[in-house]
Amino acid sequence: MPAVNETIEAVQSVTESTYKWGFETDIEMEFAPKGLNEDIVRFISAKKNEPAWLLEWRLRAFALWKTMETPLWAAVKHPPIDFQDSYYYAAPKEKVGPKSLDEVDPELLKTYAKLGIPLREQEILAGVEGAGSTPAEGRMPIAIDAVFDSVSVATSYKERLGKEGIIFCSISEAVQEHPDLVKKYLGSVVPQGDNFYAALNSAVFTDGSFVYIPKGVRCPMELSTYFRINAKSTGQFERTLIIADAGSHVSYLEGCTAPMRDENQLHAAVVELVAMDDATIKYSTVQNWYPGDAEGKGGIYNFVTKRGACRGARSKISWTQVETGSAITWKYPSCILQGEDSVGEFYSVAITNNYQQADTGTKMFHIGPRTKSTIVSKGISAGHGQNTYRGLVRIGAKATGARNFTQCDSLLIGDLCGAHTVPYIENRCMSAKVEHEATTSRIAEDQLFYCRQRGLTQEEAVGLIVNGFCREVLKELPMEFAVEAQKLLQISLEGSVG
Amino acid sequence: MLRIEGLSAEIDGKEILKGIDLEVPTGEVHAIMGPNGSGKSTLSYVLSGREGYEVTGGTATLNGVDILAMEPEERAAAGLFLAFQYPVELPGVGNATFLRTALNAVRKGRGESELDAMQFLKVARQRMKALSMPEDMLKRGVNVGFSGGEKKRNEILQMAMLEPSMAILDETDSGLDIDALKIVSDGVNAMRGPGFSALVITHYQRLLDYIVPDRVHVLMGGRIVKSGGPELAHELEAQGYGAIQEGLPSKHRFDGGEAAA
Ligand SMILES: Nc1ncnc2c1ncn2[C@@H]1O[C@H](COP(=O)(O)OP(=O)(O)OP(=O)(O)O)[C@@H](O)[C@H]1O
Ligand SMILES: [Mg+2]
Repeated sequence: MPAVNETIEAVQSVTESTYKWGFETDIEMEFAPKGLNEDIVRFISAKKNEPAWLLEWRLRAFALWKTMETPLWAAVKHPPIDFQDSYYYAAPKEKVGPKSLDEVDPELLKTYAKLGIPLREQEILAGVEGAGSTPAEGRMPIAIDAVFDSVSVATSYKERLGKEGIIFCSISEAVQEHPDLVKKYLGSVVPQGDNFYAALNSAVFTDGSFVYIPKGVRCPMELSTYFRINAKSTGQFERTLIIADAGSHVSYLEGCTAPMRDENQLHAAVVELVAMDDATIKYSTVQNWYPGDAEGKGGIYNFVTKRGACRGARSKISWTQVETGSAITWKYPSCILQGEDSVGEFYSVAITNNYQQADTGTKMFHIGPRTKSTIVSKGISAGHGQNTYRGLVRIGAKATGARNFTQCDSLLIGDLCGAHTVPYIENRCMSAKVEHEATTSRIAEDQLFYCRQRGLTQEEAVGLIVNGFCREVLKELPMEFAVEAQKLLQISLEGSVG
Repeated sequence: MLRIEGLSAEIDGKEILKGIDLEVPTGEVHAIMGPNGSGKSTLSYVLSGREGYEVTGGTATLNGVDILAMEPEERAAAGLFLAFQYPVELPGVGNATFLRTALNAVRKGRGESELDAMQFLKVARQRMKALSMPEDMLKRGVNVGFSGGEKKRNEILQMAMLEPSMAILDETDSGLDIDALKIVSDGVNAMRGPGFSALVITHYQRLLDYIVPDRVHVLMGGRIVKSGGPELAHELEAQGYGAIQEGLPSKHRFDGGEAAA
């Protein structure tokens, strides 16, 4: 109850009509030369002191990428991307290792503050005396790994997690400290040649998070990464790898922001999740990359490959995403349901306003018997926004008794936007059951009037109704982020109703 | 106090209100009765500023302030409340969330401080108890899956929370069972006092036994054609609208008088 009210307060307090995360941080950066070739791949690998096997792995990915073509099947339009006109490596010059948190550049801390990283976590990030590792009263503890452009600059809560045997660090660090784990799992869910953008990422990924939860451990706090693109013309290619060993449990949250820029920036991440027997991974994303201005100028191109493998029996992977930002969103967080009785879930809210385009959805591959998947997608289109749900449910011959339930709801605001639903269902198993429901609606005039008669402004009314529309998804988010997400929904829709 | 003078309005080019004159002094409760389609709900929408209803003439002031130029939410903040004839469903929006958002919006408009979650809950519980509403209704979606009577009660709960100076109740009694009618009427009567006036739209004399009006007006064909004391409601109940119709000069007759007959 109180949390719900807090949410409303938060929703109401939002009045800025511009992208409020549109600031740049003035930190000296180190760049690799512009462009993309084998030397750049070697440069990145060398910068990160990587072992030979990883350099080879990258080079193989690069070779594959050169043979591939940009995928064109998604319902998004953009001018061709010049991959040679971008920097593939940018790092804050000052070397800030995770062991010297107190030496973090104050500019960086300011950035965190502007990002809304909770104060307590900032203090811990900054190594403030006495901040320790206890969170503020009444709050769920959250451990943060912040990716600032290409290098993960700081990781908090490490000690406390360490006691449980949990590894939570940047992937670069994991390459150095836990090479066996990285070698075993990297690319095991999303192979280097999986798709154009995954291949690109595999060749030039710079940083990202690594999580390993040992057998039987329930991670005592939310793990969180804040991605942020800062330097001009840098692509951001993070690579995240999360492994939940048998019987373990982890909830992970990724939040993203990027400064306002006229040019379009490319973001092509790869996230791989592996869940063993009885393990659960909950992966939540709140994405508010800069969407471009009201005329459709600028904004992030977000081409992301996210995939989870439920390798073990009774394992579960749950994706929750709130996508409010980016000029283009191209992502399909997927689940490979291998283990018997494993469960995949996808809960999504995608908003497109002005000239934003989103082509997003999920793929559920039912391989093991009695595997189960649930898909709930809420698409909201306003302005000239185009929103496509694209989903695949594939049920293999051995997935006896498999079940899928899909619900796709679209909400249209105004007459110039579009909503599209493209569900693919492939069922090779007689005993499987697949259900699909889809609705398209508009915010009704009587709903708006009802709210306004009760004192809400038009925008508050839209915010409230949209939040209601997304409720089934928002309730899947950790409470801390549900508040932020609701705020974002309202901001994203500002000016969408005459 | 609400003062309406010569108010006419149209929807989609069709004239519905044809010059309404009506005054509800502070502290009074007036009833409006009239046949189906005579413009009662239209009047309530025009007063509360619903889109699509175009005012073509006349004025309306609430406590001396011209409300016709205001946005609907400004009218709400100015103290106007409309209990809808057909309350609207807001799927996924919790009743508590909605109530508190509305309350704080209106309080803000009135220059009062906002209520925090605890203060809000305290007041809401109190009001719900008075209306015999189960508390779990706070958790449900606004009007979603509510029975007809529950929706009406929910409207009155909102009124009790928002404490308007002028409430229009559009057929709040229809759909209420006998006990609920009494409970809802008690709820309205509890608000009666110097700072509160109401315009109660109803088809049935029965409600007016519980909420005894200071005046009763008959709205027919977009005009107030007759006004009187509470006894007028009894007359109407006994004789129907036909009798009034008969007594009107033909230019005011709903059916156009002899010309149409
Ligand atoms: N969009 C519209 N276009 C044309 N006529 C309309 C429109 N909306 C309402 N009307 C008409 O306006 C008239 C008045 O309707 P209103 O709802 O105000 O009646 P009422 O007095 O509240 O009736 P009831 O007792 O049945 O609730 C009706 O004849 C109705 O059909
Ligand atoms: Mg009516």
